[in-house]
Amino acid sequence: MSATAAGPASFDLDRAWQVDPRVSMRPEPFGALLYHFGTRRLSFLKNQTVLAVVRSLADHPSARSACEACGVTEAELPAYARALGALADSRMITERSAHDSRT
Amino acid sequence: MTLAPDLAASGGATSPGKLTDLFQLGLDAPICLTWELTYACNLSCVHCLSSSGRRDPRELSTAECKAVIDTLERMQVFYVNIGGGEPTVRPDFWELVDYATAHHVGVKFSTNGVKLDAAAAARLAASDYVDVQISLDGATREVNDAVRGPGSFDTAMRAMGNLRDAGFTGFKLSVVMTRQNIPQIDAFKALADEFGAQLRLTRLRPSGRGADVWDELHPLPAQQKELYDWLVAHGEQVLTGDSFFHLSAFGGALPGLNLCGAGRVVCLIDPVGDVYACPFAIHENFLAGNVRDAGGFEGVWKTSSLFADLRKPDTGGACKSCGFYDSCRGGCMAAKFFTGLPLDGPDPECVQGYGETALAAVSSSPVAAPRPSVDHSHRTAPSRPRARAGGAVPVTIAPRRPPSHDCDESPLAGFSAGPDSSSGCC
Amino acid sequence: MPEVSSTGHETETEALASDELLVEEVSIDGMCGVY
Repeated sequence: MSATAAGPASFDLDRAWQVDPRVSMRPEPFGALLYHFGTRRLSFLKNQTVLAVVRSLADHPSARSACEACGVTEAELPAYARALGALADSRMITERSAHDSRT
Repeated sequence: MTLAPDLAASGGATSPGKLTDLFQLGLDAPICLTWELTYACNLSCVHCLSSSGRRDPRELSTAECKAVIDTLERMQVFYVNIGGGEPTVRPDFWELVDYATAHHVGVKFSTNGVKLDAAAAARLAASDYVDVQISLDGATREVNDAVRGPGSFDTAMRAMGNLRDAGFTGFKLSVVMTRQNIPQIDAFKALADEFGAQLRLTRLRPSGRGADVWDELHPLPAQQKELYDWLVAHGEQVLTGDSFFHLSAFGGALPGLNLCGAGRVVCLIDPVGDVYACPFAIHENFLAGNVRDAGGFEGVWKTSSLFADLRKPDTGGACKSCGFYDSCRGGCMAAKFFTGLPLDGPDPECVQGYGETALAAVSSSPVAAPRPSVDHSHRTAPSRPRARAGGAVPVTIAPRRPPSHDCDESPLAGFSAGPDSSSGCC
Repeated sequence: MPEVSSTGHETETEALASDELLVEEVSIDGMCGVY
């Protein structure tokens, strides 16, 4: 069964997102590993582009903007929305509130 | 070095492919690893994969352990499974656990429960980053103590009660599945539920002292199927440490990576700093280096020729033509090695029966199955005849290694049962 | 139960779906070689 249940389909590309501070992100040759120290969940990012998107989320006003800046095409966007939705479901990324600071 | 030039270059342009294929080439650091802190143990379980019992005089010092933790932090190893022997008998156990969690390395420690009194349980309940795994191999005292020794069932029950009373839920109750305890599988689940624990079922391997009892304890074919069906029915509620990927040939894959992680995503650091491909493969053939080497643990993980070999793509060998190879991946390297089977052939417990055929062929050879290179068993434990390759038991009993140090005379010298035990004898 | 994709041998349709996924999750206990 493909992982396109309620979560990923409803991921809001137009909101601001960030990686949860309890997540350890580890780049690898194939992409990256994400481990959440609070939930003990482990996620794999399977290419370099999705890693670049996730890393840049905090620097963009929206996930859509982060995707575009990392070279994600219109055709590829649904797949990236699904990916970000999966990360949101497992609380690896969370929505950024107005007063969240960015370095 | 982990090299995956094609994957790195593809970016997002091509299909990401199967996760297991990406992992076959290895990672820049393990995801998690097992770290045996000491070979000392208050028990003498008959199937001990590390042949533990007596402390080794060359065990890493507190400072050396902290240096390893610093390395794991730098490499971003997410968590360590701290085991042994019995890790809690080390006087610096709590100090090391605290050091690890303060340095972004999550800890799960595996224990028989001997030191988990109410105070220890309270301390654990207060920490977010330390998980506990209690070992138990029978749902009743009779079945358990036959494998783990008299008093061990009661020790585990007491420890679990203390954890529950302290409000620590979700700790792991970990069982090695045997011919004797598979009939108790529902009782194990009930026990875990009773204590608010998560049940974890794992595979018996012919490793360490396990080689001596493999023939009598390993599950029968019908029991393997029963176990598989039960695991499928219980889904992700029950953990397995991915130890039953060889059973995937029965049908759909069980949860997990479904591949041998040795040297690719996991490894073992033993009490004297030796780095092995995995805890079930404590033998010089699977020794990658030592953390005391110039490059430390990081150097071993990244430059060991053994690990480079393990990270080469798996071509399947003799299993290549079998339609089930894709799901079972040829099974467990350690299970094959310690039963004298070739590594590029079937697992001894291959669900298609190819393992049995292979074992029968090997048992006609005069060469004995490989023996573990280290043996820290208590000298008071009865010596059991080593199984030959294929399972036949030789007539002569091989002598054990003589003690190398005065400490060996009293394995728990200086280790009191209380929480404030002082240093050991050396 | 949360929708978590598993790796390993699957039916053909499942395999296509997980091959296309850019993010996959596996239990931290899902690695063989940790006892």
